[in-house]
Amino acid sequence: MTTVETATGPARTMVLNMGPQHPSTHGVLRILLELDGETVVKAVPDLGYLHTGIEKSCEDKTYSQAITLTDRMDYLNPLGNNLVYCLAVEKLLGLEVPKRAQYMRVLMVELQRISSHLVWLGTHAIDMGAMSVFLYCFREREEILKIFEFVAGQRMMTSYIRIGGLALEPPTGWVERVEKLLKMMPSRIDEYESLLTNNRIWLGRLKGVGYISAEDAVALSMTGPMLRAAGLAYDNRKTFPYSSYEEFDFDVPTHTDSDCFARYIVRVAEMRESLKIVRQAIDKMPSQGPIRTDAPGIVPPAREKMKTEMEALIYHFKIFTEGFAPPPGEAFATVESPRGELGCFIASDGSPKPLRCHFRSPSFINLQALSKLMEGQLIADVVACIGTIDIVLGDVDR
Amino acid sequence: MTESGSQPTNAVVAGLRAWSTNAIEEVIEFRGETTIVVARKVLRSVAERCRDEHGLQFNLLTDATCIDRFPMEPRYELNYHLVSIPLRQKVRIRVRLSGHDPVVDSLVPVWPGANWLEREIFDLFGIQFTGHPDLRRILLPDDWEGHPLRKDFPVEGYRDIPAIATRYTRTRP
Repeated sequence: MTTVETATGPARTMVLNMGPQHPSTHGVLRILLELDGETVVKAVPDLGYLHTGIEKSCEDKTYSQAITLTDRMDYLNPLGNNLVYCLAVEKLLGLEVPKRAQYMRVLMVELQRISSHLVWLGTHAIDMGAMSVFLYCFREREEILKIFEFVAGQRMMTSYIRIGGLALEPPTGWVERVEKLLKMMPSRIDEYESLLTNNRIWLGRLKGVGYISAEDAVALSMTGPMLRAAGLAYDNRKTFPYSSYEEFDFDVPTHTDSDCFARYIVRVAEMRESLKIVRQAIDKMPSQGPIRTDAPGIVPPAREKMKTEMEALIYHFKIFTEGFAPPPGEAFATVESPRGELGCFIASDGSPKPLRCHFRSPSFINLQALSKLMEGQLIADVVACIGTIDIVLGDVDR
Repeated sequence: MTESGSQPTNAVVAGLRAWSTNAIEEVIEFRGETTIVVARKVLRSVAERCRDEHGLQFNLLTDATCIDRFPMEPRYELNYHLVSIPLRQKVRIRVRLSGHDPVVDSLVPVWPGANWLEREIFDLFGIQFTGHPDLRRILLPDDWEGHPLRKDFPVEGYRDIPAIATRYTRTRP
């Protein structure tokens, strides 16, 4: 049991238990708050309530089987999890992915970023007492999830990105649906901003709350919108481009205030940038071409080939029974998830199952800064501080 | 990006070699990633050097994790992934630890962000970090026995019949 050692003795301070069953902890996070009146003296997060041992399970799955497990970590960003895992395995194998699949990956991941930020905005607004924004955000998120269902067959746990490419050929008419979304979204984002940005309650609850200096943020290994709101333009899509991000033209929004309001501004600006990237991805994408790389024995052959060619049938059988064995070595791939730097470290010993599969989850590491954000804040601001980190407990505990 | 990418990583190795000739045990290049294997006793000074040296500036410890190569010895490999935001470079620092004495210096004094990462490694692999301010289990309950990511811990766990099941098992009269 986690306990708080009171700094000033039991007479002055009181320890309050928050969670794990609390709607504003966005999952099963428990926080022990040491309070001096209404001021937080110390906050100690206690996690692990959603620990499912995904990293251990990955060690007992073949490389292609483990993809479905990655979906379930950060359940607001399953495509990003698929992507980072596949990038790591592809790096290990030395696979090159066709351009069409790369653009499609970028497009899907950016749509996912918008939907994840919409969930963040909606839930953060409801935490601060703005019910209507929550409903509006979920209305638009639903449209994005419908596109996922149309393209990948699933709303959330898509497993759409596979080793060497994509699971499915995009269906006819998907471009029109994304176009429709692109036409709708800018005015909807304006709508949220008109509801919130100059709202006196919103400003009062967020301005100056949860400050952390840029030096502290880097020292605590924070990444993503949290770090960018502190003024550091560190974004994996620009700094270490992957999946052809270097060909896209977009900005990395930053802010200097480093409070909850700055993070709101950064995330909303990121949604607009993501729309720009989606637009470019549609324009760049060739309508024809392979969606999977040609790597016999690693990437499953096309259905048609399997029915006509003996080798293809054998490869298909071997991939799904014994898997494939990458050369011994390690690979670390990173992507920019909506929450920050998402990394996947895979070690292979030359067998068909990973020796070690570790995920650097941004929620886990950003959450570390929670005590720093909360120190000296009022108890009413605790919820704002938790919300602003944008944690997903599935990602924290894995 | 690719041409300039190989240049600075060599600079990391060169910078560390210039500082101390015997700090680096081995340099591994695989798939464009540089792994620098250092001795256990110099880990913290190497980390400080990586952070403070003008030509390196690794200000972000992005990840730390462990590999268990049981039954090989040395069994554990700790991997620290460093990023230099100003110089746009990455490097991996590795320390090998034997299974009999899995103890290493904590890097919390160098990067405070190592705190939870090291707690996670302690929790799941049972590696002790000397100088860590708060080395407790983080993901598993405090009364958990064993370290599940070790290779000698079964994937399905120890499935003994729980005490509660035997307590209520009734025998037929």
